[in-house]
Amino acid sequence: MAPILEVRDLHIAYPSRSGTPVRALAGVDFSLSSGEILGILGESGSGKSTLAAALLNLLPPQGRISRGSVCFEGIDLLAADEGRLREIRGARISLIHQEPSIALHPTMRVRAQVDEVVRAHLNTAGGTRRAKTDAALGAVFGSEAGSLGARYPHELSGGQRQRVLIAQAIACGPSILIADEPTASLDSVTQAGIFALFGELQRSLGLALILITHNPALLAGFAHRVLVLYAGGIAELGPAADVISQPKHPYTKALLDSLPPWPTPAASTTARLPMIPGDLPDLAAPSLACRFEPRCPVRMEVCNTREPAATALGPAHSVSCFKFGG
Amino acid sequence: MISGADRAMEPLLTVESLVKRYTPRGFGGGRGGVTALDGVSFSIAEGSTLAIAGASGSGKSTLALCLACLERPASGQIRLAGRELTTLTETQLRAVRPQMQLVFQDPSSSLNPRLTAFEIVTEPFAAQSRFSASERAARARALFERAGLSFQSATRTAAEFSGGQRQRLAIARALALEPRVLILDEALSGLDASVQAQVANLLLDLQEASRLTFVFITHDLAMASRMADRIAVLDRGRIAETGPMDEVLRQPAHASTRALIAATPQWKAELRQQADT
Amino acid sequence: MTRYLVRRTLHAVLLLAGVSLLTFLFTALVPGNYFDEMKMNPQISPETVAALRAKYGVDQPLAFRYVHWVGGLLHGDLGFSFAYNTPVGPLLRVRAANTLLLTSVAMLLAWGVALPLGIWSAERENGWPDHLITLATGALLIVPDLVLALGLLLVAVRSGWLPAGGMAAVGAEPTTWAALGRDYALHLLLPVTALVLSCAPMLVRHVRAAMLDVLDSSFLRAARGHGIPPRRLLYGYALRAAANPLLALFGFSIGTLLSGSLIIEVVMSWPGLGPFLLEAILGRDLYVVIGGVLLSTAFLVAGNLVADVLLYWADPRIRAERGNG
Repeated sequence: MAPILEVRDLHIAYPSRSGTPVRALAGVDFSLSSGEILGILGESGSGKSTLAAALLNLLPPQGRISRGSVCFEGIDLLAADEGRLREIRGARISLIHQEPSIALHPTMRVRAQVDEVVRAHLNTAGGTRRAKTDAALGAVFGSEAGSLGARYPHELSGGQRQRVLIAQAIACGPSILIADEPTASLDSVTQAGIFALFGELQRSLGLALILITHNPALLAGFAHRVLVLYAGGIAELGPAADVISQPKHPYTKALLDSLPPWPTPAASTTARLPMIPGDLPDLAAPSLACRFEPRCPVRMEVCNTREPAATALGPAHSVSCFKFGG
Repeated sequence: MISGADRAMEPLLTVESLVKRYTPRGFGGGRGGVTALDGVSFSIAEGSTLAIAGASGSGKSTLALCLACLERPASGQIRLAGRELTTLTETQLRAVRPQMQLVFQDPSSSLNPRLTAFEIVTEPFAAQSRFSASERAARARALFERAGLSFQSATRTAAEFSGGQRQRLAIARALALEPRVLILDEALSGLDASVQAQVANLLLDLQEASRLTFVFITHDLAMASRMADRIAVLDRGRIAETGPMDEVLRQPAHASTRALIAATPQWKAELRQQADT
Repeated sequence: MTRYLVRRTLHAVLLLAGVSLLTFLFTALVPGNYFDEMKMNPQISPETVAALRAKYGVDQPLAFRYVHWVGGLLHGDLGFSFAYNTPVGPLLRVRAANTLLLTSVAMLLAWGVALPLGIWSAERENGWPDHLITLATGALLIVPDLVLALGLLLVAVRSGWLPAGGMAAVGAEPTTWAALGRDYALHLLLPVTALVLSCAPMLVRHVRAAMLDVLDSSFLRAARGHGIPPRRLLYGYALRAAANPLLALFGFSIGTLLSGSLIIEVVMSWPGLGPFLLEAILGRDLYVVIGGVLLSTAFLVAGNLVADVLLYWADPRIRAERGNG
């Protein structure tokens, strides 16, 4: 299937107080096919939010794109003019922000906020617009769409606010949805509900979904492919089932090992969880070594000398680690 | 963690029939209102951990605030080492507060971003005004070490630390007055998955070393299962069920427990198979 | 909504009562009274003075006079002016209208200038318009209002373009409405300019700050991410969200404008409450002073009430706080 989004060799840096630029993304390559769910696994500081913003060329003014392209339907979004970008944002590619409590206008009714998105993109008569807004609200709220739509954001719960963000995102029928930590501030039961909604919408609307999260467990059984982002680079990329059940990169492996398993009667609760020691590397400090090397449990001599290149382990699975080549 | 068999002595913390209501303020008095806690009871032995699990709206945060004596319950009892807390005056409470400390979910809002790490950790000393400057510095150094932070970072402001480090700071601050009980209100929920294990291990180490008692309040059952051997499930202000962790998880009696288990992503079928191999 | 209004009105009434009491007390503390001044006038016999004193009850205890005055107030009687020998009410009415005219025009103009400038400045943060505006407002803020007013007067007198005082041309009576309007406008120009120049710079800065605060918010970035066009983002989203602090500022600006206007009126000889009140204070014309102060306070309170109501209507979160009362 032909990819609808292609990201090539993306390099993004921010200026820092010390003078040396902070490398937020250093060489990110991937593509997205129609109707595919791609999970981007990364912790804070891995560059995931920068990546999400970059996909729609929404970086803050200090962000410098030194190299790379983001191609959607034949257009490089990083080179497109503001007018073209405005047409695409919210209508062809939608971004769902991280914090629902601050991503909505505080004094505008929920329905109006969804309506604004429709109005910005469709120059049609009021009737069609109303229909689209109603359809979006109905898809996320079901029968309660009428009463909830008349409320203000502060009158809704966290999960309901997230649903409003989703309604705004799907209102104009985009082909790609980017969700940046959509459930980070929600409790597990609400989280499960949101993911069920995502699954439903993805199936019924044929959306391609890029789901960005720090929790690998959320991607299991949900994403088709997983991209593991570490310190601005891709550690591993492949089919979700493979990456999660048989992770190759030491970081992915350590991450999955640290998840609390289903307790068995034999398991002692005094045993400590396996963990990844240390912290993320300082992205402003220039280094020639593999970014994960200081914390890697299986590091070798060569890991200190240069960064590993991506090695293909199969037709769709690649890893950036010297243990597998590079 | 001490198993049930060793709990022959009186439990350190006992809560009995705790009730807390919130009524809206306003002209004309409060009609309506919410009963956040509707008769909550449990007990915890010294040196052990009780996990209190519930979805949002179950009353967890209210319970944390009541336990820390930051909110007064409408009725019920909280006994710490035999001493009843709900009827104490503010002055009497001040003597008791050091024994029960609270660690919040979001370190970026519970820590003053303008203070340096040193100031944050020694803040409780200033309130108690017992120690000289050199004593404070020595104690701060010890706290940093216990929390796994480098003392060289003591002059940096809270904003310059990562999320995991900030939570360590919050824990260090909570330990400053040598409490017997730590109330962890979603203390790990705001951290990245990769950092949760680190901080969880730190807490377990601290518990072993200092015989701390933990009240681990969370919606994340997976984390709860690694921190505690006993669990109480909170549903709409009431305890739905309580018991040893693996018993409750393997044979949940209440619908809300089942819902929480089903909603835990770490225990999805795809991941469980992997763990069993 | 009605509960909110009732509560605010109650506050307003209490405030007015407090102000009236305070003013009464202050006038009692100030040494001398109208009749002491009169006593020094050799043409008036001491017996007349004594008789007048008795008539106006000046020697009565303070509490008695206050209660008497409040009683009169409830009947719409604001007391008697010693100097003009007429009831205070009608005197104040004319003057108050003039002050209202001046302050309303100045208010409109000040906000009409401050709002767009503040928004423009925030939109082009750190660009040359922003720096220029910051410089200009800074300069105007440093210069005392009095100096500004006097400076303008100087320009008017020297150039002869504008009348240097008063409200209408003395002498030749304009015959048509247009001519009358033009005459008023010319006379208004100087005091209004003085007021606007003293008040607007602070407003511009606050509008700018409020807008910058909102322009930085997540919901605006999220809306931009949805492809909402920039004009709509600025007015439909940013300005709307900034309404809360701006309406509060509106209420506050009424106060500053009113106090500023009293001084400007004196300097520019605009026949409003300002000069009248000054004259009465110096002359110890008790009831005029109290009436004037009370009236100014009433304007202030009314203005703030309007601002509060607007805020209540504009921000649903305030409505929620009040429990939908």
